[in-house]
Amino acid sequence: MSYIIPKESYNGKVLSVDFGKGNNALTVGGGNCLPFLSFEGELPHPPVIAYEIQDTVPEDWPDTVKNIYKDVSANPVTWAQYCQNELKAKALALRLVSTHPDRENRSTEDVAKIIKEVLAAIEVPLIILGSNHIEKDASVLVAAAEAASGSNCIIGKAQEGNYKTIVAAALAHNHKLIAMSELDINLAKQLNILITQMGFAKEKLITDPMCSALGYGLEYTYSVMERIRLAGLLQNDATMQPPILGDVGMYVWKVKETVASESDVPEWGTLEERGIAWEALTATGMLIAGTNLLIMRHPKAVKITEQTINELI
Amino acid sequence: MALTGVQIFKLLPKTNCKKCGFPTCLAFAMALAQNKVELAKCPDVSEETKKTLGEASAPPIRTFNLGVGDKAVKMGGETVLFRHDKKFFNPCALAVNIKDNSSDDELAQKAAEVAASELNRVGQKLRVDAISIEYASNDSAQYAKAVKLVADKAPDAAIILNCKDAAAADAAVKAIAARKPLLYGATNETAEALANIAKTHDIPLCASAQGLEDLSALTEKLQGLGVNDIVLDSGAKTAKEIIEHNTQIRRSALKKNFKPLGFPVLNCVIRDDSTLEASIASVAIAKYSSIVILSSIEKWKNLAIFTLRQNLYTDPQVPMQVEQKVYSIGEPTPDAPLMITTNFSLTYFIVSGEVENSKVPSRLAVMDCEGLSVLTAWAAGKFTAAKIAQFIKDIGIETQVKHRELIIPGQVAILSGALEDKLEGWKITVGPREANAIPTFLKSKTV
Repeated sequence: MSYIIPKESYNGKVLSVDFGKGNNALTVGGGNCLPFLSFEGELPHPPVIAYEIQDTVPEDWPDTVKNIYKDVSANPVTWAQYCQNELKAKALALRLVSTHPDRENRSTEDVAKIIKEVLAAIEVPLIILGSNHIEKDASVLVAAAEAASGSNCIIGKAQEGNYKTIVAAALAHNHKLIAMSELDINLAKQLNILITQMGFAKEKLITDPMCSALGYGLEYTYSVMERIRLAGLLQNDATMQPPILGDVGMYVWKVKETVASESDVPEWGTLEERGIAWEALTATGMLIAGTNLLIMRHPKAVKITEQTINELI
Repeated sequence: MALTGVQIFKLLPKTNCKKCGFPTCLAFAMALAQNKVELAKCPDVSEETKKTLGEASAPPIRTFNLGVGDKAVKMGGETVLFRHDKKFFNPCALAVNIKDNSSDDELAQKAAEVAASELNRVGQKLRVDAISIEYASNDSAQYAKAVKLVADKAPDAAIILNCKDAAAADAAVKAIAARKPLLYGATNETAEALANIAKTHDIPLCASAQGLEDLSALTEKLQGLGVNDIVLDSGAKTAKEIIEHNTQIRRSALKKNFKPLGFPVLNCVIRDDSTLEASIASVAIAKYSSIVILSSIEKWKNLAIFTLRQNLYTDPQVPMQVEQKVYSIGEPTPDAPLMITTNFSLTYFIVSGEVENSKVPSRLAVMDCEGLSVLTAWAAGKFTAAKIAQFIKDIGIETQVKHRELIIPGQVAILSGALEDKLEGWKITVGPREANAIPTFLKSKTV
């Protein structure tokens, strides 16, 4: 009996979204088949990994990853340059954690200054993230969008409680936008609809269905992402076709497995390797489920994930 | 492919004799189609019908064990391509490879690592399930000796004989026949000789080919030779080959009922870098592998791979639960805040994550509500004032904390009055409705 390869026929396509300027601009998405199954479709743009940097010293990161950046993290500009020049980052994600009212509660004027300085110091594309404080992000991301006007950044995250001002700012300053909802395919769809109803093109959206760390709900994120991809590709649901973001680092580098020392939990083995594996395997899981853009922290985990992507394409 | 009731009816005697307990042959056929009754209930059915129905009702992916005893790993039997469609049933076996020309110490050491690999995670015992012994010495006596040594030192592990040489394989199987090793693997050239060994000792056989066309031809040949418990090795090396071959195999079996590929899959993911190896193993685990062969099993690596396997094989329809107890976050003093929530794993992960973010050492009492989230558990009558009061009294928290203040989720603020009545001497404080407001809330409590 001769073997016939069982191919799936897809009706839809993942939208392609570009960000950044000039030779360093990147494009994610654009595929018309399930992740890495290029025997039955086209996957023009491999997933991209952005290095996460912050606007303040990352005191809450565990040593394994904090120490890597200890000489550069006091200033987001030196941190950004280190990632771009030494670690060869293809993209950066600047998280404005210090704007959170429980942290330094930094002002929108400060945000604008930091954004301008970072953008002036780098050539790779930039993702700008708020502190995940619904009310504060509504003003912080507006200031960030304005400061980054013309740089074709990805701004986020717009959520149900604050999307209106953020969408308007991204629209006015021509940025791409991350729409984030909490682990529910229907919420993700609804938010994308609300945003496009404001006149924001779906071709400029990125969906973040909320990431989770290995061992801490990864299977929920995995299945929500797979279902989003299938809805976009098989049912040609236009609201489910933006590229997917996996914001991996922030969920991974706080769970016990990346923090607890070997002397506390000898049966878990060495801490450094464990933390790196935790971030890399979370990222691999997200890639298989359909993630197009990853945000990560540890250079070794990024390298392993890049090698995995290279084997998969 | 499952037959319909009418298709089955056509194969029955159509005598309506009622001996099966049903009023008519059609009623019996309908029950058969729904797997509610066995064909054997019909005394007059023809041999031909038995064969046709038997084949039609065989599962699309054959199920059998790797290894023996209570640590044996069930393989195959999967019914879906995506876990959200139903669930993945039989978690992939993890194996570590060692060459037979390693020293006795190295062999014993590797076997001991496997024997000691068991970890407990969220109530499940997880371990490296198997050892693959690779025939590298080109000396069949050495191979049998190494296999015996490893098998003895890891008495619960399944054994994979990574050996394409018939004479060496035969000697090794004889040395440990009772362990029912998996013979890996038969190629087109060695099919007859290895099939013979597999049949003689009633052990599973792995078919190794390059590509799915050759692999299907090989499994048909092995079945023709009388081997039924077959494992598939498509020759996939890169992550791309693994995801593509495994997807094609699973689709062929489930959607096309293509019998030559209706078997569990083995993938070898050995890489120089151990973390990369773990990452490629994750690709294989997520995409349909039943056996993954690794080169090393460090503790950190096992924990990460075990966890990924456990995550993807949980039942999406059954909420994952965490253990009912009082969790300490940070290093709480007897004065630290005490919060309560339900034992739905996602609720626990999100709430405990936000408590950690607050940097305020606290206690989180997690109450068994059969894995329901707070609002659902309240609506279902499992997270009520009476039950919470009973839980607080039973769990012995009064000896751990000095204060008598319990913070309840904002979603169930309605319970606070009734709870104060039922928990004498306690103050009930209503916490935030959403977890992301917990850090602000906890910090405001400690100033």
